[in-house]
Amino acid sequence: MRSTPAKVFAFARRHVLTLYALLAFGYLLLPISVVVLFSFNHPHGRFNYTWQGFTFDNWVHWDAVPGLRGAVEASLEIAAISSVSATVLGALIALALVRYGFRGRGATNLLIFLPMSTPEIVLGASLLTLFLTMNVTTGFWTIVIAHVMFNISYVVVTVKARLVGFDRHLEEAAMDLGANEWTTFWRVTMPLIAPGILAALLLAFALSVDDFVITNFNAGTTVTFPLFVWGAARAAVFPQINVVGTAIFAVAVSAMLANVVWQNRRARRLV
Amino acid sequence: MGFLHRHRRLTPYLLLGPGLAWLALFFVAPLGFLGHQSLETQDPIELTYTFKWAWHNYSDAITTYHTQLLRSFEYAGIATLIALLISYPLSYWIAFRGGRWKNVLLLFIVGPFFVTYLIRTLAWETILADQGFVAARLRDLHVLGADGRLLATSTAVVAGITYNFLPFMALPLYVSLEQIDQRLIEAAQDLYASRVRAFLRVTLPLSLPGIFAGTLLTFIPAAGDFINAQLLGTPNQAMIGNVIQSKFLELTDYPAAAALSFILMAIILVLIGIYVRALGTERRTG
Repeated sequence: MRSTPAKVFAFARRHVLTLYALLAFGYLLLPISVVVLFSFNHPHGRFNYTWQGFTFDNWVHWDAVPGLRGAVEASLEIAAISSVSATVLGALIALALVRYGFRGRGATNLLIFLPMSTPEIVLGASLLTLFLTMNVTTGFWTIVIAHVMFNISYVVVTVKARLVGFDRHLEEAAMDLGANEWTTFWRVTMPLIAPGILAALLLAFALSVDDFVITNFNAGTTVTFPLFVWGAARAAVFPQINVVGTAIFAVAVSAMLANVVWQNRRARRLV
Repeated sequence: MGFLHRHRRLTPYLLLGPGLAWLALFFVAPLGFLGHQSLETQDPIELTYTFKWAWHNYSDAITTYHTQLLRSFEYAGIATLIALLISYPLSYWIAFRGGRWKNVLLLFIVGPFFVTYLIRTLAWETILADQGFVAARLRDLHVLGADGRLLATSTAVVAGITYNFLPFMALPLYVSLEQIDQRLIEAAQDLYASRVRAFLRVTLPLSLPGIFAGTLLTFIPAAGDFINAQLLGTPNQAMIGNVIQSKFLELTDYPAAAALSFILMAIILVLIGIYVRALGTERRTG
């Protein structure tokens, strides 16, 4: 019989990687639990830093803080417009890159890669310089322009990943069976790349809702949700901010779960 | 589509056109304007700007802000290294032990990052706060002095950066580890390689593209970050991003801010260049 410490040691040795992974997951989830927990806090002062008691009030009266509702609405509108635009522009680029041979492919790839490797602060600052030089008043639409710009590259990368594994014989088969290019595109190509496009759209939407740095440079007097949080962080942190943060988190995770489930089902059906 | 069919060679350009035009107008052109602005001088009384090929803006910026520049790259470097040390075993575990739960486990990595960036940084502020639970326990255990702080230290800023950019490290690592053919590792072990040796000679080299992509994707945004230094640090932890941000938006010293932006970009590009050379991953990353 081995002694207990030796057994514990042997167990730890065998499961050291699992323990490490569990600790890492704990670390990843700790701040999120704090955000969710403090959305139910009942703070007495201006700052929501210490636990004071449980309440649903913040959820029921989530828009009790002046300006919060407007900021959330602005964020959602900007995200909707910019993610759809960026997905259309980016998906077309991805199609061209994967499906066609053309001169200037290297330059195109570089132009797609550069915005992702430029610090956000430089992207935001340079756009502001453009708008200042052109005497454009910054506001809602300059934010939309900025978000479309930084989202295009992410859409291209996401859709491209999906298109690379795409079997062109399927399209040729459709054409052999008498379908014209238009029908082939909508009946064969589109359904096959749809998950990639949807993933890109969700990613673009999420990046847009979350963006602070570039938005901060080009917002003018428009206030999006992250800008609202930034302003609030200096004066008072309301639990309602945690409510909105938790809600965004819940919606995003549900959408991702749904996408995983949907893709698994499709994979089974296609096989 | 009849038109497209007749002009097949035009099709790719028509598909590329709108998106690339957008990037040219709102990414390339602005960089040109920023470059122009970085060579302007500001009239101290009229507060107007004139273009003068003022290259001294660059040397002035480096002389004045070399502390913040060095600090940015130091913090970004440390944070990238810690993120790698945390992510590698985690991604390895998901890739090799995750089984059919892989996608759900990945969600645990990506999920937290759908809580708004600023909110998760504020959550760290709550966790590390002077009157918070963690600081109090550490004081009880005398790890922290009676007036010792967790917040407003370099450690807090580096920890915040590490946390905020972790998925950029973990996801590429996972992708490259997941693609490894397990039979290669088994073959190495069949040939009497110990587990450590099989890892060092097979798994690690095959995961280099992931390490390469992950470190770059983490280091670049980390070097330009200013939110962690702002919320978790003090002016003593200010990074170059803080300087650029305040010069642009509070002090309206545009030429200096523009010059600093280019210096930041240039240093990052040079570091990437050295890094690519050193790892020679041109082929590996495709």
